[in-house]
Amino acid sequence: MLSTEVKGEGSPQQVLKYTPKDFDSGETVRWCPGCGDFAILNAVRQAFAQMGIPREKFVIVSGIGCSSRFPYYMNVYGFHGIHGRAPAIATGIKVANPDLSVWVVTGDGDGLAIGGNHLMHAIRRNIGIKILLFDNRIYGLTKGQYSPTSVIGQETKSSPYGVIERPADPVLLALSQKATFIARAIDYDIKRLSQIIIEAGKHQGTALVHIYQDCPTFNDKAFEDFAGKEVMSEKTIEVKHGKPLIFGKNLDKGIVVKDGKPHIVKLGENGITEKDITVYDETDFYLNFIIANMHYPAFPEPIGIIRRVREPTFEELLYMQIEDVKKRKGVGNLEKLIYKNSWEVKGGDNSKKI
Amino acid sequence: MDDPFVGGDSREVEKVIAKFAGDSGDGIQVFGAQFTLSTAIYGNDFAILPEFPAEIRAPAGTTYGVSSFQIQFGGIDILTPGDSPDVLIAFNPAALKINLGNLKPGTLIIINENEFDEINFKKAEWKSILQGEENLDDILAKYKTIKVKMNDMVVEALKDLDISHKDKIRTRNFFALGLISWIFDRPLEPILDFIREKFSKKPILQEANERALKAGYNYGETIEVSYRIKKIKIKKYSFEPGRYRYISGNEAFALGIAALKEKISIPIVFSSYPITPASEILHYLAEMRNFGIIALQMEDEIAAVNSAIGASFAGALGITATSGPGLSLKSEGINLAVMTELPLIVIDNQRSGPSTGMPTKTEQTDLLFAMYGRHGESPLIVIAPISSGDCFKAIFDAARLAIKYMTPVIILADQYLATGAEPWKIPNLDEIAKIDGKYWTDTKNFLPYTRDENTLARPWVKVGTPGLEHRIGGLEKSNIYGKVSYDPQNHDFMVKIRAEKIRRAQNDIEDLEVYGPPDAELLVLGWGSTFGHLREAVITSIEKGYPVAHAHLRYINPLPKNISEVLKKFKRILVAELNLGQLLLLIRGMFTVDAVGLNKVTGTPFRIVDIKYAIERELINLDKEGKLSKHIKVETGKEEKGGELKYAVN
Ligand code: SF4
Repeated sequence: MLSTEVKGEGSPQQVLKYTPKDFDSGETVRWCPGCGDFAILNAVRQAFAQMGIPREKFVIVSGIGCSSRFPYYMNVYGFHGIHGRAPAIATGIKVANPDLSVWVVTGDGDGLAIGGNHLMHAIRRNIGIKILLFDNRIYGLTKGQYSPTSVIGQETKSSPYGVIERPADPVLLALSQKATFIARAIDYDIKRLSQIIIEAGKHQGTALVHIYQDCPTFNDKAFEDFAGKEVMSEKTIEVKHGKPLIFGKNLDKGIVVKDGKPHIVKLGENGITEKDITVYDETDFYLNFIIANMHYPAFPEPIGIIRRVREPTFEELLYMQIEDVKKRKGVGNLEKLIYKNSWEVKGGDNSKKI
Repeated sequence: MDDPFVGGDSREVEKVIAKFAGDSGDGIQVFGAQFTLSTAIYGNDFAILPEFPAEIRAPAGTTYGVSSFQIQFGGIDILTPGDSPDVLIAFNPAALKINLGNLKPGTLIIINENEFDEINFKKAEWKSILQGEENLDDILAKYKTIKVKMNDMVVEALKDLDISHKDKIRTRNFFALGLISWIFDRPLEPILDFIREKFSKKPILQEANERALKAGYNYGETIEVSYRIKKIKIKKYSFEPGRYRYISGNEAFALGIAALKEKISIPIVFSSYPITPASEILHYLAEMRNFGIIALQMEDEIAAVNSAIGASFAGALGITATSGPGLSLKSEGINLAVMTELPLIVIDNQRSGPSTGMPTKTEQTDLLFAMYGRHGESPLIVIAPISSGDCFKAIFDAARLAIKYMTPVIILADQYLATGAEPWKIPNLDEIAKIDGKYWTDTKNFLPYTRDENTLARPWVKVGTPGLEHRIGGLEKSNIYGKVSYDPQNHDFMVKIRAEKIRRAQNDIEDLEVYGPPDAELLVLGWGSTFGHLREAVITSIEKGYPVAHAHLRYINPLPKNISEVLKKFKRILVAELNLGQLLLLIRGMFTVDAVGLNKVTGTPFRIVDIKYAIERELINLDKEGKLSKHIKVETGKEEKGGELKYAVN
């Protein structure tokens, strides 16, 4: 049993005692054995149990795809929508009731192909929804076609001679829309993933969490080269606000940003010490952009919270504007509005407008 | 109308059709609105038809840049803007040129002579005049024409005012308004009020426009002498007592939503995307932030409908508005609301299609699309308001049914209703019944797909209620339990129960009423916006003694309970609609009755003559076939023909 006092979005500060089990809907989970979605499901249940938000305030909205079955497995309010439209559905929910903690579960096909437009606009508006984008670089539910994040040369059922399209980068897409919260995580890295989910849950505004998710059935070990257990500490870098960009099993490597470009350096070599390493600032858009542009194999793959800033959310501005206009114009008077330019007809005769 | 304009004394007539046409940049719509308001205040009933060019800034003086405004007004129940005008004001050659084809001999035409010069004939591409094959006077010989040098007149009237020549010329609309106000004996006060308000910050322009208006009015006295034109008195209409305003369909939708917000116990979320001719609804509602109205402009039509569905899932009432192309994009979303059985209102202001079609023109071509334009068996409620003012009530009807039956409702209006306007008796807001957005609250016995015994609706839960956490979505669900289900029997059952649920809404809709003599043998059946035209044509046919009646559908799905009984009473049903026979297909498919179609798709409303002609033709046919109970003498409407419509039997 966990007891937390985290102030969740829109919820009164309170002590709630939940275990991950409390978020299990009891539904049989139907992903393939070994699917990365299981780990993410565990991480989400753990995170939700710790967030101090009453269970009934959570809503999970999804689109179509393997990941989009997610809501059925969580004992909260859930809406399994249609392909690509989850951010739009979630926007309606959040606007109707800003007090709810609204989550979108989507995939690389659902979120970046058919639903790319909605994803972009949700981020641009900074509406208070949390988007978990499960990226397995493949279409799983339709049995193995290439997706917008598939890499060049990837052989799939619909690209038997190799993909010739350049992959989409969801983190850069989010940055281009000045997202107020962007993070990246790896499916089986449950501890860090659930921590990121908690942070996303606390964030006011749109949060995008890009999760590398293994699909053993159609794109096995796609991330093994940098996310495999053996290599993760060497081939990824966890960015932390206010901390130097250091990585490696022995914490012996770092990133120095110079002339607008990242450079890998070795601590102790050429007189480099920790002081020379760039300190990460999650609010610095230019630094966020430079780090988000780093990808394996040229660089360690960045994970962690890449960007976080507090800006007014869409729902805050909407409800503020309503109050503001009420103050400026006076609370709307329906009769006055309907009766504008009206005239009175008295028994048979037509007299003047009043 | 038989020549009321000329002669000794001023005459009193029942109704007049006037049309104002000019360059779209010339403020024709403002002109029309002002004339309409003074007509309303004078005490006539009326109906209007504004027509806009498709281009936002079409080149001045061209035929495709002409904007026009037609109004029929009078002392009787005016049901339509009328066919061909009795009076036409043409502000330039292009405006005259495009209207000539639709004028009766003897029409009173007023032209601004200053604009009828070579440059403007060129812009209007009036070849026969430019090449000297005919001249303007020959063309106008069949009509009564008043040529007024409006530009010169206003410049003269304003010569001592210190404003630019251009600003002086601009006042000519008010000059024309003054003149037409004199001809029809309209009061100037409402127009003066408007001028004072509009130019309150620029007293000199206020003065200029006031003077122009009065100069136009006074000019009327001189035409009385020189053209022997008489002031026309038009009988006042005896409206039912009450408070009235002038309202367009889009205003009625927006005001309906605003009024609904006051009458409903739950939040409303209006979510839309700009599209002609529905954007105005969004504009009006966006303006009403101080009413606490949530009006969202989403990134596309798809997002608009899906955010409305999200709002409904959360426990608000989601509403969206669009036109044909947008309805195409919303299909998938509407289906999601059918499957999840959530309330949703979709307003479709139909316009000419397919594809982009003619965005500013009207049509009733989305009927089958609203009914069946979704994959799978996807029943929902379809309401078709019958007048601009009726759009207000349609919102309330839609909200009540959407919530009671947990279903999407499509409101099928069209461009004609949306932008046309009529005098509307404002309902007493206190008398409108409150709508209860009842949520399910019992945590012990909750299953998401249990059904109400009477309505078959499933429970609606406000998201955020402890103990009622549940999951729904687009996958087929087991009845009662709401679990994902691929069970063949369950699917068969659910498909049928969704259809039955909509059928049960029959219990909440009005019976189909028949207007006409008890011995009528031909029934004119219409739906939606054509009400006024069909009713007017049937009234005149009945006056001629023809055994004809009119019934009008306001609900397409479900159809009224008594429809079969009504249809069976007639020898033949003439289904009149602005499409190629969509309601006709339904009627023939559902009832064994003798039904034929009257169809037109010109992008404009029916003309009364077209309908009268079709009624006469059909009566002659019935008579020839020996189906009438007594032989009747039908005069064909040949002398009134000349329309674009070819009567078609489907
Ligand atoms: S296809 Fe891939 S993503 Fe889908 S459930 Fe199976 S392993 Fe998971």
